[in-house]
Amino acid sequence: MSAYLSIEGIARRFRTPKGTNTVFEDLWFAMDKGEFACVIGHSGCGKTTVLNILSGLEEPDGGVVIMDGQAIDGPSLDRAVIFQSHALLPWKSVLGNVAYAVASRHKDWSREKVRAHAERFIEVVGLKGAEHKRPAELSGGMKQRVGIARALSIEPKMLLMDEPFSALDALTRGTLQDEVRRICVETGQTVFMITHDVDEAIYLADRIVLMTNGPQASIAEIVENPLPRDRRRLDLHKQPDFYALRNHLIDFLVERSRVLRDSPPAGYDRRRPPVVRPTLATEPVGALSPRRTAGG
Amino acid sequence: MGLPLRLRAALVSVLLLVVFLLAWQAGTAGFRGGGAGLPAGMDPEYAKLMGITASSSTSAMPSPGDVGKQLWALLSDPFYDKGPNDKGLGIQLAFSLGRVLLGYGGAVLVAIPLGFVIGMSPLMSRALDPFIQVLKPISPLAWMPLALYTIKDSAVSAVFVIFICSVWPMLLNTAFGVASVRREWLNVARTLEVGPLKRAFTIILPAAAPTILTGMRISIGIAWLVIVAAEMLVGGTGIGYFVWNEWNNLSITNVIIAILVIGVMGMILDQILAYVARLVTFPE
Ligand SMILES: Nc1ncnc2c1ncn2[C@@H]1O[C@H](COP(=O)(O)OP(=O)(O)O)[C@@H](O)[C@H]1O
Ligand SMILES: [Mg+2]
Repeated sequence: MSAYLSIEGIARRFRTPKGTNTVFEDLWFAMDKGEFACVIGHSGCGKTTVLNILSGLEEPDGGVVIMDGQAIDGPSLDRAVIFQSHALLPWKSVLGNVAYAVASRHKDWSREKVRAHAERFIEVVGLKGAEHKRPAELSGGMKQRVGIARALSIEPKMLLMDEPFSALDALTRGTLQDEVRRICVETGQTVFMITHDVDEAIYLADRIVLMTNGPQASIAEIVENPLPRDRRRLDLHKQPDFYALRNHLIDFLVERSRVLRDSPPAGYDRRRPPVVRPTLATEPVGALSPRRTAGG
Repeated sequence: MGLPLRLRAALVSVLLLVVFLLAWQAGTAGFRGGGAGLPAGMDPEYAKLMGITASSSTSAMPSPGDVGKQLWALLSDPFYDKGPNDKGLGIQLAFSLGRVLLGYGGAVLVAIPLGFVIGMSPLMSRALDPFIQVLKPISPLAWMPLALYTIKDSAVSAVFVIFICSVWPMLLNTAFGVASVRREWLNVARTLEVGPLKRAFTIILPAAAPTILTGMRISIGIAWLVIVAAEMLVGGTGIGYFVWNEWNNLSITNVIIAILVIGVMGMILDQILAYVARLVTFPE
């Protein structure tokens, strides 16, 4: 069985005056079509670097990434990026920004067709009526909506998001999380997303990738989300397994992200990091206790 | 004082102008107080023989009224042409504008594409840097003898001098604007698989346009400064030549008028580019 997206032993090194900085090497991860994966790890561990390699904006210094049977060599309309800084073109209107992407995807389309298509996706993210505003006239949340509309409008095979909501206030972040989840579930979108917000990962992700601290970061664990698929953001905390999962993630960030880099567990295999599924049954809730990790 | 700032500023401007004109009027009135300017006891007939009154009436500082009258006369018939030394103000201005636009237009055509190349290629940027550093500080008028010698045509030489002085600010600003286009905008284009030519026109050009326009605005200012000096040197036609010629005629009135016209024209050129700059500026 071959995965939809397959990261196969990629490495990234930067040459610095003090020697080579190996951000990570021999990194393996695979995703199925329609899956939503979140990556969690401390700042500087190399999350953005991984995402840039997936987008094709950066090249790995070793290894390959295979997407839908083809090795990635450079950016592609198959993989849309939602940038943390939204990266809208400030001289274009909302419609202009989205239409630019649509016209790049469909070079043979007429102006009207491009416009209609762009307007449809502006409506999907709830920005109908703001089509002719410039980005400078929009709030942070609205700008990020335009970024999402632009990414969705090219109907990519995969969506790549780098901390898309981290610059937003909690309320706006919540509504945008709801919409992204709704759209992705409805359309079966494959998503790779970086976040540092544990609750965001719990709400959105099917699987959560835990990266150890850098340099020489690795994937410590892959956490399967035990929460039901029809979970809702506002009563997430009422799910029986919520705290087990949350504690597991926080415990990782607080303690194990450092420990696991320096001393990987016995039998650790970079190609098949341990897969865990923290539930009420496996994790005694309440204490940040030493844990058992189910083998992969 | 409920008046808006703009209106108050305009009032102060008018007031300053009136004060200036009155002071001018008062200053020039002394020159022409009949025989009061003559040395005491001098017979007017004798004075006339000595040429004192004769010369004082032409070379004395004209009053604002004289200038106004003459300005009106020149502006009401700006395009007459009575031989090489007597052309309307409009014709002279048109010659100067023509040269500036030719030289400046040529500079735009060279500086903006070359600035793109320098801004996009670190190699070219470093390779061309020494040349630019040496050529940029040369006074445009220093090129004049060389231009006259190689081109042999004084009018074309003036255009060349305008070209050479306008090219640097535009070149450097374009290169800087292009080099500092935000990486994230370029990444947007890359992820959308936008080709290099389309990227240049749809991302880099609009992103760098405000910086490029700043350079163009600096350049047009320099070009207009230089054309007057260049035309004084090469002679023949143009507003600069007009100033020189009227000085030789000892017509201070016309010199003052020419100065005024040069100032107003320079302001108009600057405002045109300021307007274009506003069109391409985007808020962030
Ligand atoms: N262009 C670069 N040059 C040198 N080092 C870099 C560069 N980009 C990233 N790095 C290094 O790679 C590491 C990972 O960076 P990044 O992927 O941005 O981390 P994260 O997104 O997880 O915070 C950092 O330690 C950073 O110093
Ligand atoms: Mg990052």
